[in-house]
Amino acid sequence: MFDLVWLIPTLPALGVLLNGLLGRKIEAANKSLVHWIACSAVGLSFFLTCLTFLELLQLPAELRLVEFTWFNWISAGEFQSYWAYQIDPLSMVMCLFVTGVGFLIHIYSIGYMGHAEGRYYRYFTYLNLFMFSMINLVLANNFLLMFLGWEGVGFCSYLLIGFWFGNIDNARAGKKAFITNRIGDFAFLVGLFLLITHLGKHGVWSVNFTEVFSHASALPPGIVTAVCLLFFIGCTAKSAQIPLYIWLPDAMAGPTPVSALIHAATMVTSGIYFVTRSNILYQMSPLALQVIAVVGALTALLAASIALTQNDIKRVLAYSTVSQLGYMFLGLGVGAFSAGIFHVVTHSFFKALLFLCAGSVMHGLANEQDMRFMGGMRKKMPVTYLTMLIGTLAIVGFPGLAGFFSKDEILWKTFASGHVLLWMIGVFTAGLTAFYMFRLIFMTFFNECRASREVQAKIHESPRTMTVPLIVLAALSAIGGYIGVPHALGGSNRIEHFLEPVMGTGPGKLIAGGEHLAQEAAHGAYHPSLAVEYLLMLLSVAIVLIGIGLAYTLYVKERERPVQLAERFSGLYRLMFNKWYVDELYGLIAVRPLHRASLFLWKGIDVLIIDGVVNGLARIFGWSGTWLRTVQTGYVQAYAVSLLLGVAGLMLYTLFVLVP
Amino acid sequence: MDFPVLSLITFFPLVGALAVLFIANQDNQNAALLWKTGFIFAVAEFVLSLPVLIAFDGGTASMQFTERLPWIKSLGISYFLGVDGINLWLVLLTTFFVPLCILCSFSYIQKRIKEYIISFLLLETAMIGTLVSLDLILFFVFWELMLIPMFLLIGIWGGKRRIYSAVKFFLFTAVGSIFMLVAIIVLYFYNLKTTGTATFDLLELYKLQIPGSLQLWLCSAFFLSFAIKVPMFPLHTWLPDAHVEAPTAGSVVLAGILLKMGGYGFIRFAMPLFPYATHQYVPIIAGLGAVAIIYAALVSWVQPDMKKLVAFSSVSHMGYVMLGLFALNIQGIEGGIYQMLNHGLSTGALFLLVGMIYERRHTRLMEDFGGLAKVMPVFATFLMIATLASVAIPGTNGFVGEFLILLGAFKAYPFWAILGTSGALFGVIYMLWMYQRVMFGPVDSSKNSELKDLSPREIATMVPVAVLILVMGFFPGLFLRKMDASVNHYVTMFETGYALHQKAPQPGQPPVKLARTGHTDSTPEDTVPE
Repeated sequence: MFDLVWLIPTLPALGVLLNGLLGRKIEAANKSLVHWIACSAVGLSFFLTCLTFLELLQLPAELRLVEFTWFNWISAGEFQSYWAYQIDPLSMVMCLFVTGVGFLIHIYSIGYMGHAEGRYYRYFTYLNLFMFSMINLVLANNFLLMFLGWEGVGFCSYLLIGFWFGNIDNARAGKKAFITNRIGDFAFLVGLFLLITHLGKHGVWSVNFTEVFSHASALPPGIVTAVCLLFFIGCTAKSAQIPLYIWLPDAMAGPTPVSALIHAATMVTSGIYFVTRSNILYQMSPLALQVIAVVGALTALLAASIALTQNDIKRVLAYSTVSQLGYMFLGLGVGAFSAGIFHVVTHSFFKALLFLCAGSVMHGLANEQDMRFMGGMRKKMPVTYLTMLIGTLAIVGFPGLAGFFSKDEILWKTFASGHVLLWMIGVFTAGLTAFYMFRLIFMTFFNECRASREVQAKIHESPRTMTVPLIVLAALSAIGGYIGVPHALGGSNRIEHFLEPVMGTGPGKLIAGGEHLAQEAAHGAYHPSLAVEYLLMLLSVAIVLIGIGLAYTLYVKERERPVQLAERFSGLYRLMFNKWYVDELYGLIAVRPLHRASLFLWKGIDVLIIDGVVNGLARIFGWSGTWLRTVQTGYVQAYAVSLLLGVAGLMLYTLFVLVP
Repeated sequence: MDFPVLSLITFFPLVGALAVLFIANQDNQNAALLWKTGFIFAVAEFVLSLPVLIAFDGGTASMQFTERLPWIKSLGISYFLGVDGINLWLVLLTTFFVPLCILCSFSYIQKRIKEYIISFLLLETAMIGTLVSLDLILFFVFWELMLIPMFLLIGIWGGKRRIYSAVKFFLFTAVGSIFMLVAIIVLYFYNLKTTGTATFDLLELYKLQIPGSLQLWLCSAFFLSFAIKVPMFPLHTWLPDAHVEAPTAGSVVLAGILLKMGGYGFIRFAMPLFPYATHQYVPIIAGLGAVAIIYAALVSWVQPDMKKLVAFSSVSHMGYVMLGLFALNIQGIEGGIYQMLNHGLSTGALFLLVGMIYERRHTRLMEDFGGLAKVMPVFATFLMIATLASVAIPGTNGFVGEFLILLGAFKAYPFWAILGTSGALFGVIYMLWMYQRVMFGPVDSSKNSELKDLSPREIATMVPVAVLILVMGFFPGLFLRKMDASVNHYVTMFETGYALHQKAPQPGQPPVKLARTGHTDSTPEDTVPE
């Protein structure tokens, strides 16, 4: 089975080739063939991933690292890199949910994108291309191939955000996403080159994860910190953290299944995956971890505060994604890498679910996205309502559902590692999350329907290709948390144990080196008692309940209050509603000055100075020619005069200069 | 001597030109026949060049398929041709692109078709001759010969300001060439004085040990000539003008191949002949390369004319080439050569595509377009592939080149390499900007809504380029492994040449170590050997 791992990314690639080259003809002949190709490619990938995963489980924990080298990719001189995959607990966890959730969203798209006449095949081609890139990202055994996936998902995201490019705003959103990501990639690449060249000084010319990490201890600490921080800048772009999160809310311009797949469940978690993959490097740099934790917590808070005021259903979910990603980084930053990955997994279930539900609502409501024109959908779309309620309960951390276990794990680890202030931010944000998520539920599904008559007449529950994925995801959101029930609640935290070999500090680890890290970790750890753990758990549940209650009061019972509140705190409200004016700030300090500078370089330097000199030289030659021409008058007298002057000059020169 | 395959591929296009010459074409009555003949000869030329690739042995650094005949005996000038890993792919790039150039001109060129095809085939002979010559005088003859057909292509078939641009192009290049010619002659006499043999044989001249101060002068002259051709900032201003005015195929061949002659000249002539001076110039050239990457990218961003945008992007991409070559290590140089091929493909493709919509709309201003992706989906796909290659997305050829260049550059001069890396960001800004303005948004103008998508002939022009872009992105080994031995050889040549020049190497410090950093730590005393 391990020898067939190359098929996992290749199957979607075949889908790309088939639909990309022949899609137009296939779609014209038989539209359903298009989605059959696309869905079965991803479905088979998922199936193969499951088989590979089961086979990996057969191995003892300390042997769970299998590498598969396909061919030599970019190599020159001593530097060698390969197109190669690695099967280990982390890559399998990622690959499982990527292909699994991806498959469900492919199916959902059949119903959702059915009206995309003429571009149906393109949609599925892009979606398959995304799967190809994403699988490469998580399965690669080296930085370079991972970067191929990293850039590939960014490119697919660009294509899919701007899928309805007839509206220039969608195209702009796509471009913004791509360019913002490239800012991160710039930092990422610098970090990578720094890493390669410094390891090269120790004779290691490789980008292979295992080799790099096992030699990491040879690097000077300053370099490690620099590399880690540069990589993290790359992650802030891809995983939408401060300061580069600005593209994600705009990315909601894409079709909703795309938002679910790319901008909620999979691509945006690449940053968390990458930091976890590189945890050996990060554990060598406490400063980098500290930065990650602070950035994560602040992002969680900032995004949640914006989500409170947004009226666009997808934007609320987008900011919620940014906020949840912040939680994950908070987890990584306090050293709880497996807790971060755990939250990645559960989040992929419930956030994909929430987006797909939002899509289902929009589908039934003539693509209305503004929650002010929704309401009362509870009875008209019961499946959507129920599944979305489960998703919402899961994300706010309602006890027993997926988000409860994973979010609590992060908060607990934050507290236990002594970051009390960050923990407080996290808990407060959990309250905000409960509030804005239930605000969404109440505005969408409760009270009376505020849509126009014509729209109301057409409201319908979505077709089965859409509701079945919802039900499956709802089930996963409900029970997904049981892979990581903490010891305090009588569980055994299976996912943490499963991932342990990947962590530099874990027992039975796969990569040599990092022993001192384990000792330090054991030494520095602070173990609060079980009672404290229960207390904190109760506290966060209480805060969540308060958030829900507040939302109920404001959006069901006393619906005039939100407007009054907004008026009373109009300054703060406007700041939050306008997303703290961050976009405007960037435009002011970065985009516009750069544009002006570029214009100056063109008109000022290129045209005026450089070409001025060039043309000036040419003109000088021209003028001097014209001027010299006048000497040649053709009059003998003139020549005689110049002859005379010349002779006189020579004589004077001889007399006064040469003779004495 | 074996079959003279290099002579064959050098002069075969000339045979084609002769054949075309004999086709009567009063009032364009034989236009189709002319195009066909030209195209068939160009394709046949490509097929003839394939055996060179197939029979090429990547395991050796020595020249292959060499031909040597005395030409002017009294002066030691010979007809000396050869191929190694440095020029192999450039020769193939040339024979690959010329058929596409002729194919894309079928509808674009309406006047003086016969002269046009003859110019093109003559240009091909000159380009291949330049690439395979190993005798300095022979090289110089071909080098200058390239100017004439290109001058005609811009000056006759160009746009409104064609005369200004053609003259500017000619003067810029000719000025550089004069200095190079002087340097070649000085080199010849220096060799005559020290060894007593009269020769222009490049491989013989490699062995010379030229004193530092003389190297600096000679090297400057060569550098100037090649730097103009590349073109390096700030000697680049002839390029946008030439590109904008040239017909599509002219731009393609100019960007695709002629510019590469500059980069090729650096690595084949200037750098190995003057290793000491090269090391001295490294900071300047690397700095200018890095500046060019950012500068040209920013200037591209604000261009209203698509063709000018692509032209400035060329300057940016060639900045990468210089950054790589002057890293003086294997990664940098292989990356640099690879990037020359990449740039040929991606920029060639962009010019082809810009030409295709220019033919339809007779404008290249971005503001005149919008929403074309809806009207011309096939065109949109090709433009996207070319864009991806241009911004170096992994999986396209561009990434391989840029990655190796930056890796090499990081080893040699991290600061310039970091500046160069930022090109990855700026490249995306201007390319996506263009793509968005031309392809996305609503179709505003009725002129645009009636545009026809690509014809089969146009698709046939684009497919080979698009396929190569991807093949070179996924399987770079196919290309790089043929270069390894030669590039290795050249790197050692730069290192030992430089090390030999250090009058008294520090004890215990092997000479190779000195050069490996790529920096020049020499003191002024080193420069006065006389």
